[in-house]
Amino acid sequence: MTPASYILGIVAAVLVLIVVVELLRRRHLRERHAIWWIIAGVLALIAGVFPTTLTWVAGLIGVEIPVNLVFFVGIATLFLVCLQHSSELTQLESKTRILAERIALLEMDDHRPANAAAPTATATATATATTKRKSGSGA
Amino acid sequence: MESPYARTLIVMPALNEEASVGAVIREVYAALPGVTVLVVNDGSTDHTAEVAAQAGARVASLPFNLGVGGAMRVGFRYAMENDFDNVVQVDSDGQHDPSGVPALLAELGSADLVLGARFAGEGDYRVRGPRMWAMKTLASVLSRTSGARLTDTTSGFRASGPRAVALFASHYPAEYLGDTIEALVIASRAGLVVRQVPVSMRVRAGGVPSHNPMKSAVYLGRAGLALVFAFARPASSYYVRSNE
Repeated sequence: MTPASYILGIVAAVLVLIVVVELLRRRHLRERHAIWWIIAGVLALIAGVFPTTLTWVAGLIGVEIPVNLVFFVGIATLFLVCLQHSSELTQLESKTRILAERIALLEMDDHRPANAAAPTATATATATATTKRKSGSGA
Repeated sequence: MESPYARTLIVMPALNEEASVGAVIREVYAALPGVTVLVVNDGSTDHTAEVAAQAGARVASLPFNLGVGGAMRVGFRYAMENDFDNVVQVDSDGQHDPSGVPALLAELGSADLVLGARFAGEGDYRVRGPRMWAMKTLASVLSRTSGARLTDTTSGFRASGPRAVALFASHYPAEYLGDTIEALVIASRAGLVVRQVPVSMRVRAGGVPSHNPMKSAVYLGRAGLALVFAFARPASSYYVRSNE
């Protein structure tokens, strides 16, 4: 390993950590999303500063070429983060949907007087009937 | 004197149906005097909301398109908050004949969810090919789940009693096809009684039903997936508030 590639590894890891911490500091990233990037950055930093640890761990779990362990951990991390994002997207969609449904009902309440004054006779009759029924039920 | 339909809410999901929605609403009022019609305008870009209000319906407008499932959830929630006992879903394109509603409501006396089935003898509605096989498969699986003989599980023409309204107000599925298929699984798994009543169905006022084989295959796949996941969901996600 050349000194240049040794330094490149460390600089890349430090850069990742700096960016993540800065985003956290400015509240552009929530802790729950940052945690994976911090773990990945710290692992990369350890492997960058002490390349022997990578070789040692790879040997320990029987990975013959240490760099393959890096690829495996990298891909696994990205995969899990993607999955987490998909899941959170789903939750956000469902919250947006619920908000849209609530808004539809709330706007309806706001426009109730306008509905009652609707131009056709049927509309007025229905609105009155609805009001009567509601006051009758005592809700 | 209170009309027998005073505590029944007709919910009509409507997406760009300005051409038909007015006539359908007037037809519903004529067939069911005293009923309340709620049109859920599902992000229409035409004058659906105005036409519906002119015809005397109450109108809830969604800020963007959510699909039939989302629109129906608005309807169920509205029914809960305004003390309606029953909710009947009627299409705004005129495909469902409002004169079939009393039959659905009558069956609610002994059931919680009543489907208006299109192939059970009345009317002249037909489908063929893969779409028909898909519907038959769904029907047999869902019949077993619900313990009732169902032949038309994707029918949107259905009536929900108080227990179903309470369940659906919080658990109505919003996915595509979920609103018809998964809703049946949810209802069955929550212990509701599901029934089927034959109704006559008319040809849609506008638009043509698709007989494209590719679309049918996609439909079959999505229906199957919707069904599998409906069964795979944890039972705890479905419950009815007991004090209703």
